[in-house]
Amino acid sequence: MKRLSEERTKILFEKLAKYIGPNVKLLIERPDGIYCFREQKDRVYYISEKILKLAENVPPTQLICAGTCFGKFTKTNKFRLHITALNYLAPYAQSKIWLKPSAEQQFLYGNHVSKSGLGRISENTEKYQGVLVYNMADLPLGFGVAARSTADCKHADPLASVCFHQADIGEYIRSEEDLL
Amino acid sequence: MGRKAKFNEGVVVKRGPGKKAKKQKDPSFPKALQDEPVAKKLGHRQKQRQQKRLKKKKSVPIKTPEVERESSESESEEVTAAWLKPSISQNDTKILPDSESEDDSKGFTDDNKKWLKPKKQTVVKSDDSSSDDNLKMGTLDDVTDESSDDELLPIEKQNKELLKKQEEDEKLAEEELQMNIGDQEKFQFPSKKEREQTASLQEVQQRIRDVVGVLSDFSKLRDKKHSRSEYLEMLKNDLCTYYSYNEFLIEKLMQLFPLNELLEFLEASEVQRPLTIRTNSLKTRRRDLAQALINRGVNLDPVGKWSKVGLVIYSSQVPIGATPEYLAGHYILQGASSLLPVMALAPQENERILDMSAAPGGKASHIAALMKNTGVLFANDVNSDRTKAIVGNFHRLGVVNSVITCMDGRKFPTIMKGFDRVLLDAPCSGTGVIAKDQSVKINKDEQDIQRCYNLQRELLLAAIDCLNAKSESGGYLVYSTCSILPEENEWVVDYALKKRNVKLVDTGLDFGTEGFTNFRQFRFHPSMKLTKRFYPHAHNMDGFFVAKFKKFSNLVPKGGGGEEKGEKREVEEEAEEVESTSKKIKNGEDVPGGKTKKVKKQAEKKSESVKNQPVANEKKKKTGLDNKKSGNEEKSSKKTKAKSNTVGANKIDWKDVPKEVGLKLGKKIKKMKKKQLGTLKNKNKTVLLKKKQK
Repeated sequence: MKRLSEERTKILFEKLAKYIGPNVKLLIERPDGIYCFREQKDRVYYISEKILKLAENVPPTQLICAGTCFGKFTKTNKFRLHITALNYLAPYAQSKIWLKPSAEQQFLYGNHVSKSGLGRISENTEKYQGVLVYNMADLPLGFGVAARSTADCKHADPLASVCFHQADIGEYIRSEEDLL
Repeated sequence: MGRKAKFNEGVVVKRGPGKKAKKQKDPSFPKALQDEPVAKKLGHRQKQRQQKRLKKKKSVPIKTPEVERESSESESEEVTAAWLKPSISQNDTKILPDSESEDDSKGFTDDNKKWLKPKKQTVVKSDDSSSDDNLKMGTLDDVTDESSDDELLPIEKQNKELLKKQEEDEKLAEEELQMNIGDQEKFQFPSKKEREQTASLQEVQQRIRDVVGVLSDFSKLRDKKHSRSEYLEMLKNDLCTYYSYNEFLIEKLMQLFPLNELLEFLEASEVQRPLTIRTNSLKTRRRDLAQALINRGVNLDPVGKWSKVGLVIYSSQVPIGATPEYLAGHYILQGASSLLPVMALAPQENERILDMSAAPGGKASHIAALMKNTGVLFANDVNSDRTKAIVGNFHRLGVVNSVITCMDGRKFPTIMKGFDRVLLDAPCSGTGVIAKDQSVKINKDEQDIQRCYNLQRELLLAAIDCLNAKSESGGYLVYSTCSILPEENEWVVDYALKKRNVKLVDTGLDFGTEGFTNFRQFRFHPSMKLTKRFYPHAHNMDGFFVAKFKKFSNLVPKGGGGEEKGEKREVEEEAEEVESTSKKIKNGEDVPGGKTKKVKKQAEKKSESVKNQPVANEKKKKTGLDNKKSGNEEKSSKKTKAKSNTVGANKIDWKDVPKEVGLKLGKKIKKMKKKQLGTLKNKNKTVLLKKKQK
């Protein structure tokens, strides 16, 4: 467990800001204690300071995971969010998409969201902004990138993609092996 | 927000039985297989032929009486013989052999059938004169009868008679057989050959039942030639074949259960337990989850009054392990029995808890849910592949207070101690979950069990070492296995009770059977009653064992007892403790960073107090306080060992010396003593001799 370098911290926060905007601040300044981001084997974990102190006693080879894994840095030094970050992204999301029950299953198998499956979309969603995907019962299903702005969506072809798939909770079953 | 969506719009509930529910006719057997011969329909030609025959017949009987009358008048004795013969013999002798001996049984003509009953034959024979009259009358009657009778050839009629008789005989035979069975009742001990010949499983099952019946009232129903052990041996073999267990496991189970219960257990082990899920109270409530699942067409019920989070799934239209609710972490598939150890552990908020063998994280996430994501939860497992399942489940269920590690649980105390509660769901032989994994039936033997309980003992001791007895809220450990063998349960617990300063406490589970206090040659601690056992046949959940410990002292008793220790050594020990803790602090081990300075100060204070302690200790000697209470801190046992060895040759404390060294030293000292004794004895002898001489 080591601290993130300046550069990586910046990359991480830029990425997070795409999804939750200025709410990134809320992740760091919390009323229930200090939370911090730590890195191990290029994976970024979000942990309470109390837990971190205990976790640091464990030899790094034997430590599998501590707190919540947010994602990983790729070899090209980009940050990729994992589905495991959904717990923290969902409450702070800026723009959201709701899926119809018929499209729900398709998204959970890793497909993009087409216009026909779109139930609702929050206003002022910009093109290529990070969006969180919910079903109509407000259950967070995953996240992706808006392929069109809200205005464009209205006029889009029914089969056209509205949102590009990035991660969905189906991965817990599909690829449990490489969640981290 | 907005208008309410109608989610159940798309769901169409079907009405009526549907296409495939059409009922089939009852199956009909082909004629060849039917028992009762059905009268065949006669063809057209056959009918014609029959009518012709009848016509012929009608013409014949008119003649026959005359012939008979003539013969009867001429030789009366012969006549009786003649009419006792079948009449066909007169008409066409070719068909039936006219042997007179046969006549008694079935010999009378169709003509006389009406009035002649087989039993009366003797009477008829005795007085001929009356028979003559009868004959005349009879013949006249017969002619008229014949026309009204059901128009059958005599041979056919005879055939009918024969069939009737056969039926009667069969009936009698069967009755006799039934009578025999009734008389027998007792189960005959089958010979070896008979046993080897048994082909069907049903026979084996029947035999199992019989033998169990005999064994239930052995003195009455037994076969005197065979002993109880022979019966048991046969039962064992039969159970092995019928349920396909290996001999070892069946023997173990036979030792464990009385016979009736054994059968129930074996039957229950063939059937899967109902599928149960646990609501994740971090994300949802049980009522909401139940409603959501019911909307998906799942048929469910609460698991029982004892659990607030369990649900039983009876049937489901969707795969229960892949619904959006499952993926969103609202529930986890978990056996009902897996809820028990966590309930027994009763984790509190803001505690430090360890799950030593956590994979796949069902119980550990339950702990986290009960802690409400506060405190710290360490989830450990040896298998690195299985830790991935923990990672997946924890993230899915939203557990954020966890540290997941992958190491041998036996080495965990070297990394971290001082947990408030520890759950050890030890790896085991799995004899309680045979329904889940049938391979257990065959591939377990004595050695596997031995390996299991050795590992369990080591793990349990390590788990106890991880525990902090001084914890305000905790100091509890729960040991559980999914095995039902006492070797892996009570025996392991008993071992821990002897080796560490722990005691058993009530598990807080209000059902389940008590653990064994004695089992065959084993005599366990009487407090073993506080442990709980669960059986598939009795509680409809997987076989399980739960024991809850409370650690009352951090001291590790050396060797067996470890109760008596020199007071001086104790003082030294404490001094050592202080030293070791201060060293620990320097290493930054175990103690959270911010507090180190304070602890250092405390340590210094302590060392001072230790210097002053000898006086106090003398007082202690007088009052005779337990040394358990005097130990305040965890201690590094190795260092104390080393020190205590140097304390002085005459003050060797055997409990501290490593075993091998101890043995060697022990031998030396024994030799010394012997020598001394020898000299003493010699001295005594000489003294005695001198006395005698005097």
